[in-house]
Amino acid sequence: MFNYEKYLRMNRFPHIWCTGCGIGVVLKALLRAIDSLKLSKDEVVMVSGIGCSSRATGYVDFNTLHTTHGRAIAFATGVKMAKPEMTVIVVSGDGDATAIGGNHYIHAARRNIDMTVILFNNHIYGMTGGQYSPTTPQGRFASTAPYGNLEAPFNTSGLAEAAGASFVARTTAYQVAQMERFMKQGIQKKGFSLIEVRTPCPVAYGRRNRLGSPVDMFKALKEGSLTKAQAEKMKPEELEGKIITGVLVDVEKPEYIDEYDKLIERVGKAVSG
Amino acid sequence: MANPKGRKVRMMQGNEACAEGALRAGLKFFAGYPITPSSEIAECLALKLPRRGGKFIQMEDEIAAMAAILGASLMGAKSMTATSGPGFSLKQENLGYATIAEIPCVVVNVQRGGPSTGLPTQAAQGDLMQARWGTHGDHPAIVLSASGVLEAFMQTVRAFNLSERFRTPVILLLDEIIGHINEKVVLPEEEEIEVLNRRRPTVPPEEYLPYAAAEDGVPPMANFGEGYRYHVTGLMHDETGFPTTIPEKVDHALRRINSKVDNHVEEIIEVNRFELEDARVAVVAYGATARSAKRAVTDAREKGLKVGLLRPLVLWPFPKEEILALAKDVSHIIVPELNLGQFAHEVEWAVCGKTEVVKLNRVDGEPIRPAQILDVIEKVS
Repeated sequence: MFNYEKYLRMNRFPHIWCTGCGIGVVLKALLRAIDSLKLSKDEVVMVSGIGCSSRATGYVDFNTLHTTHGRAIAFATGVKMAKPEMTVIVVSGDGDATAIGGNHYIHAARRNIDMTVILFNNHIYGMTGGQYSPTTPQGRFASTAPYGNLEAPFNTSGLAEAAGASFVARTTAYQVAQMERFMKQGIQKKGFSLIEVRTPCPVAYGRRNRLGSPVDMFKALKEGSLTKAQAEKMKPEELEGKIITGVLVDVEKPEYIDEYDKLIERVGKAVSG
Repeated sequence: MANPKGRKVRMMQGNEACAEGALRAGLKFFAGYPITPSSEIAECLALKLPRRGGKFIQMEDEIAAMAAILGASLMGAKSMTATSGPGFSLKQENLGYATIAEIPCVVVNVQRGGPSTGLPTQAAQGDLMQARWGTHGDHPAIVLSASGVLEAFMQTVRAFNLSERFRTPVILLLDEIIGHINEKVVLPEEEEIEVLNRRRPTVPPEEYLPYAAAEDGVPPMANFGEGYRYHVTGLMHDETGFPTTIPEKVDHALRRINSKVDNHVEEIIEVNRFELEDARVAVVAYGATARSAKRAVTDAREKGLKVGLLRPLVLWPFPKEEILALAKDVSHIIVPELNLGQFAHEVEWAVCGKTEVVKLNRVDGEPIRPAQILDVIEKVS
């Protein structure tokens, strides 16, 4: 049995998350991934924004920074630039990272700055009471979409890929072993890594859309998932509503702080003035 | 070129002096976003920071720049951003974060005409109240001003020192004129500049309470990554750093962060007095306007008028006692400023009817000229 208590601030429990929420499952996978990399707790900075998943920073025994709504990646950019030897992990939700924080999300990917973003994608603003987010599928109901959501959702992994991330993987809260593996790969990757995890919100999303119990929602993640290899053999119309899991991007490219350090090396020798 | 003491004499722009002051204070990280009329500060630091092993980044927006400097400061790097009116508005939420999380940083606002896009290339002093009250909730504020190039240098150093001393963001409120003016300067030698650094914890990590204040209300600050693992949040928190809604703890925390400034007003306040000894009329002016005021006072003295100038170098906390003391000696206090009377409003509150406050305001993008101030001096003398 994995010793989660090694990484948790046990005196901060009980946590705020609802029964059946997937956040705990994702957080546990992240702790196992960190443990498997043998990182010391002192060298990890975990940064979050605002929302249910962003509360994770309060419960884990690292250097933890719970910032303003949407800005976790921007804070993390300063953290990483000031102390590149730290392992920087951002935990963020779909609203936090791709609505209010969308600009920082794409630009951090574009810079390819070394950090790992764990995107808890539950398709809804949970903490504020179930308003639709940029990843809420069309037609789904939310407290601010009482007649069904009119907007098309973001492909958040595709967004990070297009913006220039060097590692992008998508998984679900059901696939715990795969999730842990992707997180480990993402943290190890020198560059901007995104791990998108589809995770259930039974209370603010599932209930309003009649998606059943938490168990039903986890089952739906399992049954709705395809591997990248499977998806490649299917027609676009067959992929409608499916979750394509796997490592979607894994490329080597110059990392921003490495490049900045080379710059310092180069111009630092110039006469200061 | 060297002056008699062998020091380098240079022509320097106000914005450049601000950048130089930041470097002298130990700046290690600057994040910015292009905006007129502050961009030269970023440009200068993009050039000079990497030469000294520091880092510069142009972020994707103003909000991100403010966020990035807070992340860097928390790691121990002295950090700054620079902006102007519209950008300053965008930074307000994270300025509040810096206040409640007690992260030292310096924010320079080279003021331009507002509101909104306003007059991007022209001077104004309309952000005085925003600098005090821009972020939401009850919060302390330290806001410095400068009236010349050398002073922009010195005040930037002081902004860092106050920020490190009190673990709070410090705003340097310049204006387009001071930002873009070129003057001859002789920068002080290294040893003539006092540089303060944040107080560090003296207890081992297991005993560290990140928000337990010392007697002066300021908690010692551990940088992230040095073995003191703790939690930083914009939620109201207790001494442990973790969120709380317990009324007594919330009340204590909010009052304490405000007390850091309220209990040290004398230490923070700085005013410059010119020809005030026997003055019967006083001008109170700051920033670029104080330059015109000084000229006007000099001209008035030549005409035999007993007038002097009080020039606050710190705008917030407001120099209430200094203004009140002045009110007892003069019949009129003239407050020229490039807004509709923001500082004058505070002066009126401070003097409490003891003397007459005369406003002189200009909001057309043009500076207040010495002759305009002299006119008012002559009318009230």
